[in-house]
Order: sequence, then structure tokens, then C-alpha cells
Amino acid sequence: MQRQVALIKQSLFDQGYLDEQFMELEELQDDANPNFVEEVSALYFKDSARLINNIDQALERGSFDFNRLDSYMHQFKGSSTSIGASKVKAECTTFREYCRAGNAEGCLRTFQQLKKEHSMLRKKLEQYFQLARQAGPKETARRPK
Amino acid sequence: MINPGHGRGPDSGTAGGGSNSDPFPANLRVLVVDDDPTCLMILERMLMTCLYRVTKCNRAEIALSLLRKNKNGFDIVISDVHMPDMDGFKLLEHVGLEMDLPVIMMSADDSKSVVLKGVTHGAVDYLIKPVRIEALKNIWQHVVRRKRNEWNVSEHSGGSIEDTGGDRDRQQQQREDADNNSSSVNEGNWRNSRKRKEEEVDDQGDDKEDTSSLKKPRVVWSVELHQQFVAAVNQLGVDKAVPKKILEMMNVPGLTRENVASHLQKYRIYLRRLGGVSQHQGNMNHSFMTGQDQSFGPLSSLNGFDLQDLAFAGQLPAQSLAQFQAAGLGRPTLTKPGMSVSPLVDQRTIFNFENPKIRFGDGHGPTMNNGNKQMNLLNGVPTGMEPKQFAGSHMRVQQQITGVRPGQNVQSSGMMLPVADQLPRGGPSMLPSLGQQPILSSSVSRRSDLTGAVAVRNSIPETNNRVLPTTHSVFNNFPSDLPRNRFPLASAPGISVPVSASYQEEVNSSDARGGSSAATVATAGFGNPSYDIFNDFPPHQQHNNNISNKLNDWDLRNMGLVFSSNQDAAAATAAFSSSSSTQRKRRETDATVVAEHGQNIQPPSRNLNHLNHVYMDGGSVRVKSERVAETVTCPPANTLFQEQYNQEDLMSAFLKQEGIPSVDNEFDFDGYSIDNIPV
Repeated sequence: MQRQVALIKQSLFDQGYLDEQFMELEELQDDANPNFVEEVSALYFKDSARLINNIDQALERGSFDFNRLDSYMHQFKGSSTSIGASKVKAECTTFREYCRAGNAEGCLRTFQQLKKEHSMLRKKLEQYFQLARQAGPKETARRPK
Repeated sequence: MINPGHGRGPDSGTAGGGSNSDPFPANLRVLVVDDDPTCLMILERMLMTCLYRVTKCNRAEIALSLLRKNKNGFDIVISDVHMPDMDGFKLLEHVGLEMDLPVIMMSADDSKSVVLKGVTHGAVDYLIKPVRIEALKNIWQHVVRRKRNEWNVSEHSGGSIEDTGGDRDRQQQQREDADNNSSSVNEGNWRNSRKRKEEEVDDQGDDKEDTSSLKKPRVVWSVELHQQFVAAVNQLGVDKAVPKKILEMMNVPGLTRENVASHLQKYRIYLRRLGGVSQHQGNMNHSFMTGQDQSFGPLSSLNGFDLQDLAFAGQLPAQSLAQFQAAGLGRPTLTKPGMSVSPLVDQRTIFNFENPKIRFGDGHGPTMNNGNKQMNLLNGVPTGMEPKQFAGSHMRVQQQITGVRPGQNVQSSGMMLPVADQLPRGGPSMLPSLGQQPILSSSVSRRSDLTGAVAVRNSIPETNNRVLPTTHSVFNNFPSDLPRNRFPLASAPGISVPVSASYQEEVNSSDARGGSSAATVATAGFGNPSYDIFNDFPPHQQHNNNISNKLNDWDLRNMGLVFSSNQDAAAATAAFSSSSSTQRKRRETDATVVAEHGQNIQPPSRNLNHLNHVYMDGGSVRVKSERVAETVTCPPANTLFQEQYNQEDLMSAFLKQEGIPSVDNEFDFDGYSIDNIPV
């Protein structure tokens, strides 16, 4: 089972969902904080859901306040970077570029993509954590030894 | 905080790569500010892994109030750049000014411009997100460095400190650590500063440099001290001034060469910034000062620079500039007409305390006026600062004062920032700066720590003191027309622009019109990193024309205060107005001043925020100030100031202001208690 967990994790990395930063977070996990990574992920998804909501509303309004959108996205990018969500981060960067270019269409498109990546990552991580918990709290959460 | 006796390596998790056997870094008290909860959590975890004591905060204002409440509760602050409630750089300035703590900026944004902004605002480091734990492991170096500076200043007693090898070792360790800090953008700087430190250490042989005694008293660059500093620098010539000589000239017991050196560095930066800032504003000061003394001529220019340098700290623009201006004014050649402005600025900011006296000093006498030419500058300037402002702008004011000092080499432009802290002390002292240099000392001490933006403030005060005697003329000019008023604000072309502008306005008002305008300008600009204040200056003039010179002094002060908190010129004016009127009283106590004058200038919000409030609460303040101005009427104001502006009083006044609850929490300077500033 642990191997399974490890495999899933590896695939996440391979597919580019996660990057080294995620590994850094895992390093921070220890006996005293066995679920650190999961906690951080949960926090991230909660916060990013809020941000996505804000951006959604802003886009729906149709006003396209690029500055504000850019600032939202900056925040989003910051958290995504901290957790190592590389695909999401890439979409954020693209979105910001469109913002700077004033390309509303591009923003909308990118945002859809971003939301997709975001929910995909969320699913995968949830799956991963669940499996990890089943396999055994600490070991699975760490890199395969 | 730093517990040398920890007995363990700082990083439990490290394989020993970066961890020394030296337990020192452990238990460093870190305050982390970031609106992103994910980042905050991660950082907290990382810092705890480094064995630091972490406090999280997701809002800048909360962070500031935390810092203010526990003045010595933290060793270092890490802050994000982009935050919704307050710009990270603003927070940086505040922290630097008020608490003089090292601040590390971080952001996902790694563009050069932002990083540079961090540097210019005085951040000790800049981390790019995602932050790695290795980067955090070495943040203790910044704390050590700063403490060393402080220590040097306070411990210096003629250079009798023995050389210790431990110091060197530490330095080396730090060097190595710096190398490991890959995500830091300050490596180069670190090395340089380390080198400098080492040199200084070699010279001084500071035996207190060991890590276990990092907790050294900080050298507070009070207004007087700063004025002394500026005067010394001016005498030597800004370019030629070397710490050793400056130290000798200043002849301040307990001041080390390193303290002076770091202060000088800050001052120089300030000057440079001033130079970049509108020079015309400095002119305003100049004109103001010119009357004072020929020597101010160059000072004014210097002031302009100075102030700017002071402003470089960050947002202190107005105030610092003023201070520097003042400081700059201290320079002997005030030939520039605008000099007055700068001196004022310098003086104003830092010496606002002093200046008010000085300004009003028209009647006062040499000291007030600027007894030192330089002083005058401040006199005029700070006077404009209303008590309220003063409180808030303590810091700023101080800076301004320093800047204002005409003759003073406000080189400590950086000092301006600290002025706020110092103001309380320096403020009152500033005024007396004519004769007294108490303020300077406060500002001076601040200067030493100017690493942040704030340092500026203190440097000026010192100069003010010195300058005063020579700058009497400066003030003399004021009386008639507020050159004083203008002085501080205007003088700080760079930084103090806002301050000086307003200050000057105020000053003018106090003198003639009430430098409230200047004050307002100052206040308005204070917060502006870009010295917009100066630009704002003209418009503000109207505000406080009524304000007597006295106000000017206060204005300066307030301006400084104002600056930081709001760039609202109006507020500045308001602040000044109130300050001017209250200045008089302010000297004694902020509260009392206000009350006495009846202006009620709203308690000088010590915090800049307050200033905002003060001002305004909408503009009402402004009105008040003007009213006050009227009531104040220059002549009486002058006299009032003269009497009241003892630097000490000013300082106390400012200090008291500190106690005044901030109406506005924009900057929330409440916590800014001057208590910590050794007067």
C-alpha cells in the first residue's frame, strides 16, 4: 500500500502537478507534525477556492478590472507556489500576462483552464492523502524511504 | 530573545550544514506578516523548524500594533510585499522607524524593481517565494548585525573596547551563513557590511560583539545627537567626513565609531536621495534658510539631499527630508536661498521639537532660531508640526527636524525616519536644539539603526543642536516669513518634501502664514516614498498660513508624522495647524499642548495615522489648525514656542503624543512609544 501511495505521489510529480516545493513541505513534516502537508493543502484549497470565487465574480461582472484581477492572481500565484502546485502556478502566470496585455478573452480562457487544473490537483491530492492515511500516517506522507 | 545558552544547534532539522554549534540563533523571535494563510502556515512551520519563536500575523496593522505593544518583543520581522491592507513597504518603514527592527521582505515577485524597492526602503533582505527553509535559517544574521551596530554606538566609550576574536569568528560564521542563504538577494550587501563591520571591529575591538551579548542597548540617534552628527559632517564636508573624525567632533560619550559609521552611511544615502528629489523643494527651504546664514546655502542643497536621503529610508520623505534639510542646512554655506527650507526640514523632522522653538525663536534668540543655523531650520519646520502630528509624526518629525537643520548635515537623512521615535525626545530637544542637542541624541541613536528607513531621524537632531547656534540667522529669517515654516518641509526636497512642503507651509503659517501648508505637505508627503510631499507643498501652504511659526515647528513634526501616515496633505496641514498651535504646548506634552492651545488639535496622533485622523478627521482638523493658527498668531506663537520649545519638552511632548491614542489606525503608531528611546 505504501508503495501505491508512493507511486501516486511520484506520478503527481511526473505529471507536473507538483514540484520541489511540495517536497520541501514534506521535509517539514515530522513526528510532531505528522499531517502538516495535508493541513497545508487543505488550507490552500480553502483559501484558493475563495480567491477563485472572487475572480469569478470579477470576471462575471464583465468590468475586467485588470489591476484587480492581476492582484488576485498574484495572491493566487503566491499560495500555489508555496505549496508547489506547478500547473496551477503556470496558469496563474499566463493569466497575469493576459491581464497585463488587457486581453479579456485570454483571461477568461486561462481562468477556465486554471480552474480545471486546480480542481484536478485537489482531487489528486485528496486521493493521495487518503491513501497515505490508510497506508500509515507518517511513512506514506514522506518520501519513500 | 536570543538565547545563547540554548545549548543546541539552532536547526534541529539540519544536517549541520548551516547550523553552528553556536546556539545563538535559536529562540529568535520572529514576526511573520503575510495575508496568504498558506504561506503563513508554511513559514511558521519552517521557522519553528529553525528553532525560532514565531508569531504569525496576517494583517499589517495587527502586526504593527503587536510590535508597538511589545517594543522589545521581537527580533526580526518578515513581511510580504503585497498585502491588501497595507503595502509591505509601508510596514517596513514603520517598523524601521518606530522599532528599528530588521525587516525582511518577501514576495513571489522577483522583479528587480521590487527588490530594489526593498533595498531602498531599508529592508535587510528580500526573499523570493517560495521561500526555502535554508533562507530562513540565516535570518539571524540580520539581527546580529543590527545589534552590533547598536551596541557599538552605545558601548563606545572612547574606543576602549577590546578586540575579541570571537567577534571575528562570528563574522566569519555569518559570512558563511550568508553564503548559504541562496535565496537572499542581499548576499553581496551582507558581505560588504560584514567587511565594514569587521573593519570597525578591528578598529574598535568591540568585546561585546559576541553572540551571547547581542542584546545591547541601541544607540538612539536623537535629534540632538543627529544634529551634532550633521554639524560635524558639515564641518568636515559631506564627502570628506569620516566616522572617526565625526566621532571626535561630536565627542559624545558612549558613541562608537561604528555607530557613527553606520549612521553616516544612512545619512549619505539620505542625502543622495534628497539630491534626486526635487531640488526645487529644497529651494524652498533654502530661501527660508538663506536668511539665516550663508552657510546654509550649501546646506539647503544638502538638506534637500539630506532629507531625501532621510527619506530614502522609505517613506519618510517629508520628515526625513526636512530633517536632512535641516541638517543640510547646518552646513556652513547656506548660500542657497532655499536652504532654509532644507534646514527646516531637517530640523523639522527630527528636531521638530527643537525647531518649533527655534522657529519661534525669532524671538527666542539664537538658539531657537536655529541658534544654529541648522536649528532654525528645524525650528521653523517642526513648529508647524502640530502636536498631533507630532505624535504621529514623531518619527517623522524628528526626521524632519534633522533635516531641517539648516546647518546640520542632515546626512542622517536616514535619521529622519527614526525621528519619529526620536521626536519625542528629540522634538523638544530639537527646539532647544538651539542650544541643546538632546534631540539629536535621540535622533542620532536612531540613526545608527537606520538600516531601515527610519534611521534618518535622529541624525538630524544632533545637527540641529549644533546648528542652532549658527543657524540663528536661519530662524531669524523665519520670523518674518516663515522661512522656517517652510523650512523643514521644503527643505527636504527628497524626503521631506512631503514633510517640508507641508511643514514649510506650516512653518510659514506660523511665521507668516503658518507653515501649516508646509506641514501639510509634509504630512501628506510623508508617507510618500516619492517625496511627493514637496510637490504638495505649494498647495498646502494655504492651509496653514495662519499657523504661526510655532505651528511650524509642530508642523514639521506633525508633518513628519503626517507623512508617514497619510499622504494627505490636508491632513498634514491639519496636523500642522494643530501642531503649531499645539506645538507650543506640545513641547510640554502633547496632550497638554493641545489642550492649552485650545486648539485641540486633536491629540497629535503620534502615529501618522493619527495625523490622518488628526487632520482629519476629515478635514476638520485642518480647519482647526487654521483656526489655531489664527489664534496662535505668530508673535505669540513664537514666544510660546520659545519658551516651550525646549527640546526636552518637545521630546516629552512628542512622547506624550505617543501616548495619545491614534484616532486613525492607518498607521497605528500608537504603539510607538518613545519610551524606548533613550533621551
